[in-house]
Amino acid sequence: MSTQRQNPETETDNAEAEADTETETERNEVARRRAEQRERERVKENERATADAERYHLKVFRYDPEVEGKQEPRFDDFHVPYEQGMTVLDALIYARDEFDVSLTFRHSCRQAICGSDALFVNGRQRLGCQTQLSDLDQPVRIEPLPHQEVVKDLVVDMEHFYDQMESVEPYFQTTDRPEGELEEQRQSRENREQIKTSTRCIWCGACMSSCNVAAGDNEYLGPAAINKAYRFAMDEREGEEVKQRRLEIIEQEHGVWRCQTQFSCTEVCPKDIPLTEHIQELKREAVKSNLKFW
Amino acid sequence: MSQSYDRGLIEDFGRWREFSAGMWAWIFHKFTGWVLIGYLFTHVAVLSTALTSASADPATVAANQDLYTQTIQALESLLIVRILEVGLLAVAVFHILNGTRLLLVDLGLGLGSQDRSFYASLILTGAIVVASVPTFLAGVSL
Repeated sequence: MSTQRQNPETETDNAEAEADTETETERNEVARRRAEQRERERVKENERATADAERYHLKVFRYDPEVEGKQEPRFDDFHVPYEQGMTVLDALIYARDEFDVSLTFRHSCRQAICGSDALFVNGRQRLGCQTQLSDLDQPVRIEPLPHQEVVKDLVVDMEHFYDQMESVEPYFQTTDRPEGELEEQRQSRENREQIKTSTRCIWCGACMSSCNVAAGDNEYLGPAAINKAYRFAMDEREGEEVKQRRLEIIEQEHGVWRCQTQFSCTEVCPKDIPLTEHIQELKREAVKSNLKFW
Repeated sequence: MSQSYDRGLIEDFGRWREFSAGMWAWIFHKFTGWVLIGYLFTHVAVLSTALTSASADPATVAANQDLYTQTIQALESLLIVRILEVGLLAVAVFHILNGTRLLLVDLGLGLGSQDRSFYASLILTGAIVVASVPTFLAGVSL
């Protein structure tokens, strides 16, 4: 709309028309200012949208039995600005430092070695420090590990997992002395290769949490503990006597035979340990040590 | 640590979308196993009741007028029974193929391709079932 009236209706009341034009100009001025305002808002909204696009939307599980408002579990939303190479753990640390200092989660080395930050991210057990945000769909749903009791926010009670790990005696034992002049227990290259992947366990508990046999049977040793048992049972330096004792532990009612080969543990293991393969191998070892054909 | 939150079992069933191949194989194997056990008992019940009350007279049997023949013919003339037979075949074939897969897993063979062998058994089951449809549905009317 132009500011000028196209054709004044009458020539007679010029003064009136002039007054009209004046109010018209004023009105147009207001309209222009409003348009500018709208334009500014639109630009600002666009900027906010682009900023939001660079932010990652996290939905984080919150629960704290000691705080009145957090006794009922809920999900909190955090919009974390994205940087290239950002991991789920980086995003959680940002959210804690910038938005909510009460956000609680375990972390330590940030390089997939300490095994503290196994989390349930977008429906799968993963290490927070090993998972790139860019690999995940938004919103990124971050929950504590399933099948373990939640102590606070993303922190679960790992005591049961550690008990199972301890129950397989996860340390080197032998009755054999090193041969001849040797001070140390030497291992053959082939034997080392055989147990190589099993030594990589970082005790993060992702496998145990993904296993739904372990979820239904609290006494089941679980993939991590059986893998630990495999690591030592297959180690030739321990000798036959110790191996027999180890096999007795793993072939109990709640040992290897509870595994129903769902491959969930192998699927989620952040260190790519072929857990199911090791469990199956121990099953065969257990059968071999018990089968007698004479 | 005075209290902790136990999330229970309910939410786990809601996670079926997040299952992977090995988990589906396990669930289908359990399901088909139970269906086969259910079928076995129904099968024994139907046939044994038809047999015990069947006429022993050879002439009746020859004329297809005994209870056993009549029961089987009546069942086979129903479309729903024919469709259920196709379903039974599907369930049995999957259970056999996945059972073979599990045998290999127990022997420690091809554990790295366990997901592919599951998909293969699914596809093979589908193919066999589709191929069997003309045979199973032959000569039956609504």
